[in-house]
Amino acid sequence: MKLRMATLLPVGLFAVMGVVLAVGLNRDPKVLPSTLLDKPLPAFDLPALETGLPNLRSAELQGKGLTLINVFGSWCVSCRYEHPLLLRVGKDTRFKLVGIDWKDAPEDAKQYLATYGNPYAQIGTDQVGRTAIDLGVSGAPETFAVDANGIVRLRVPGPLTPEIWDKQIEPLIKEAEKAS
Amino acid sequence: MVAEFGHFALILALMASLVQASLPLYGAHRQDQSLMLLASFAAVVAFLLVSTSFGALAWAFVSDDFSVRLVAANSQTTKPIIYKISGVWANHEGSMLLWVMILTVFAALIALFGVNIPRPLKARTLAIQGMIASAFLAFLVFTSNPFLRLSPAPDEGSGMNPLLQDPGLAIHPPALYMGYVGFSVAFAFAVAALIEGKVDAAWARWVRPWVLLAWCFLTLGITLGSFWAYYILGWGGWWFWDPVENVSFMPWLVGTALLHSALVVERRHALVGWTILLAILTFSLSLIGTFVVRSGVLTSVHSFATDPARGLFILLIIFGATGGALLLYALRIPQVKKGVPFGIVSRESGLLLNNVFLVVAAATVFFGTFWPLFIDLMGKDKISVGVPYYNLTFVPLFIPILLTMVIGPFFKWKRDEVRTAVKQLNIPLLAGVLVILAVAGLNLGRHLFTAAGIGIAVWIILGSLWVFVKRTKLFQATLVQSLTILWQTPRAYFGLVMGHMGLGMVLLAITIVTTWQQENILSMRIGDQTKIGPYGIRLTNMENVQGPNYQAERGTFELSSGGQVFRVMTAERRFYPIQQSQTNQTAIRTNLISNTYIALGDADNNGTWTVRLYYHPMAPFLWIGGFIMALGGFISLSDRRFRVGVGQRAKVAVLPRNVVGAAS
Amino acid sequence: MIRALIAAVFLAVFSLAAFAVNPDEMLQDPAQEARAREISQNLRCLVCQNQSIDDSNASLAKDLRVIVRERITAGDTNEQVVDYVVKRYGNYVLLKPPFQADTALLWLLPFILMVVALGGAWTYLRQQPAPEEGDAVNDILDK
Repeated sequence: MKLRMATLLPVGLFAVMGVVLAVGLNRDPKVLPSTLLDKPLPAFDLPALETGLPNLRSAELQGKGLTLINVFGSWCVSCRYEHPLLLRVGKDTRFKLVGIDWKDAPEDAKQYLATYGNPYAQIGTDQVGRTAIDLGVSGAPETFAVDANGIVRLRVPGPLTPEIWDKQIEPLIKEAEKAS
Repeated sequence: MVAEFGHFALILALMASLVQASLPLYGAHRQDQSLMLLASFAAVVAFLLVSTSFGALAWAFVSDDFSVRLVAANSQTTKPIIYKISGVWANHEGSMLLWVMILTVFAALIALFGVNIPRPLKARTLAIQGMIASAFLAFLVFTSNPFLRLSPAPDEGSGMNPLLQDPGLAIHPPALYMGYVGFSVAFAFAVAALIEGKVDAAWARWVRPWVLLAWCFLTLGITLGSFWAYYILGWGGWWFWDPVENVSFMPWLVGTALLHSALVVERRHALVGWTILLAILTFSLSLIGTFVVRSGVLTSVHSFATDPARGLFILLIIFGATGGALLLYALRIPQVKKGVPFGIVSRESGLLLNNVFLVVAAATVFFGTFWPLFIDLMGKDKISVGVPYYNLTFVPLFIPILLTMVIGPFFKWKRDEVRTAVKQLNIPLLAGVLVILAVAGLNLGRHLFTAAGIGIAVWIILGSLWVFVKRTKLFQATLVQSLTILWQTPRAYFGLVMGHMGLGMVLLAITIVTTWQQENILSMRIGDQTKIGPYGIRLTNMENVQGPNYQAERGTFELSSGGQVFRVMTAERRFYPIQQSQTNQTAIRTNLISNTYIALGDADNNGTWTVRLYYHPMAPFLWIGGFIMALGGFISLSDRRFRVGVGQRAKVAVLPRNVVGAAS
Repeated sequence: MIRALIAAVFLAVFSLAAFAVNPDEMLQDPAQEARAREISQNLRCLVCQNQSIDDSNASLAKDLRVIVRERITAGDTNEQVVDYVVKRYGNYVLLKPPFQADTALLWLLPFILMVVALGGAWTYLRQQPAPEEGDAVNDILDK
């Protein structure tokens, strides 16, 4: 049985392709990497959900340790999934949790928070959606972690889970603590 | 009860297939006649069992048996019966069962009708098919059981995706699967030949009809899919280079190469290794297509509920089938007898070139489809590959084959000269050139690519017909004589001519539609009048209508030409309450050389509606061309000479001497 | 009563989704609108399965369509408009993959392959012994 290079080529190429497909099975093709990682938080100035409260301004979020920005909406089913976790961590004083209410009627959002609880220190509304686009948001919920220097360190697409919290967010919290 | 019966039949079928896959191989090795005959018996038994299983599932759907989980998830009592039936395969499990059933149909056909195939080859081929069937039956039984029960059984099902409740989409999967699975026959024959260690003209004579059958259905399936997308998605597109479209196109391209390559093996016993490789590749691409659609590895318009565990199972099947076959190829092909040599310019070399062009085209589609995955694995970035990529790569690389395909039939076997062959096509060539000049001139030098496209299309259409022109001595003999010869022409010629001509029509349609399609998107009130293409359109009415399982907004439009109203068209937007989703029922009016297309958009609560109007010149030829290609293939298949076996060679009639390009 | 209810359902449902490019989004200036359409057709809708923002009904697609038109009206070139979107969403949003280090092969391989394959075929043809006269009968169905 003589083997020629040319006839081994198909098998070889197939083996490579097979490995690619096998590894690809564990990836989700729809999850996009964020373009903001390690870059400054885009500027925004959003009106507060409750009338009379101050706007949510990106500039004011700097210099105060770690900030978590959670993009949500009352219409968003997955948001309800992460809501209990947000309520728990909202009480944590090591960082600030703010929310951006995306493409939502204020009345609906207020109703939602009244029913399920309000974990946010501050809430801004983005009804037009321009800030969400500046942040590269393609769905809700999404959560961003911004450090004291205003640099975006993490973007979590989809609901937060305890595993994501422990593996990705806790380290950032600890880092912020050390810095201050 | 019926569901359990179906489930049981499936398990028995798996056992029958395992028998089919194993003992006959041993029997062929040992020349044990009864073990070899077992292959045919097992194949027929497997077919009967799988069909019974499919019948049980169909019964569950038609009788609204919501205690079967699949039926509850995919059907409703209010669905029209035809969609209850097509609902059987409008989901992952049911479509997989259909896939396997077609596989067993092909194996049974070979078992029953392949009377002249040498017994060892037949046994080995059926054994390979049995292996594939076993693998997918195991997949069904262990990961995708269609017969799972739901307890307590609901009174009403969750319905079916409304997009799928459509006649075009009802036939599109069966046609496609006949194509995908049909290529498994060529695959099985190829692997069997490698195991045997020989490939001869008889082998090619057995394989070719099956390849042609699969090719016809795949052509039909792709054409139907494109037409469906056109009328249901609402913006007049007909091909999106979506990953799932691509994975049907690649087997088609490589399958076409296989079809032509097998011809050379049969006639001249050349290009043997290449043909075997193509046979393995075509079915492997079918398998990869099945994998891609069901595993979630690529994003696409099609979406079965994806499941990585299932994807892994299919991937393992692919490793086994394709990896095994290619390894066997590397090990055995050097031993297989080499073919008869042929000249650098000859019909054989022309067909070799055809193969090169088609495989490079398929590879281009492959790169575009899988590169995003490759980049994703490398970690840093995510890219996407859309229409612009294919326009810049596939299109230019496909031009060589478009230019040369009609010359092939005019080459002599073994040795010829380019000039001799092309000289016979002088009139089509002249026509093509004149058309290019005419179109370019009429457009004052603009639209040069379009002119080229139209010219090449004319070259192809006339060049294909020229086979008949030469053969019937049209313009040289009397009309009656020519028609007589045409009448006596073997049907396989019609396959050749229609296959090539159909592609020319598709090219013509694509070129003209892409350049000269018109669009008019506007807000209309009842009574408003506007224009699209050469026609006037007036919105005359808007009403709410109730369907069997949907509510719809229906717009009525009058189509007029030169002020005269000649047609009334209705377009709808349907809302399906159970699934909470919408579909578009576009209104299309065709005169077979152009389409006028209306899609209804939003209402804005002020008494106006968004209306999208399109005029698509030459678009019908896109699908008519596709159907002609498939039809030509079917006509070819009906040629008795295709079904002539090795033993009956003596009975083949000798053709009269006035053949294409007689001895010069 | 039922009709009113049905009508209400319609209004509620059909007013939710925008339907691809809407007349109210289109710019007044036809040249600018043509640019907007062309740019939109080359930007992927991120929440759809395989559509451009020009074709898609999704609300994110509509937002991006509006932004594209805003940038054009603000004076950006086509390239600047596209960069604006890519800066926020990455290269994935481009339907035409960029030509960069990790996609260079994607663009070049098809052509390289064609050359290699033709070269291979040529070599294969050359190295065969030359046959004698071509067959007189060249009917495709006969030997």
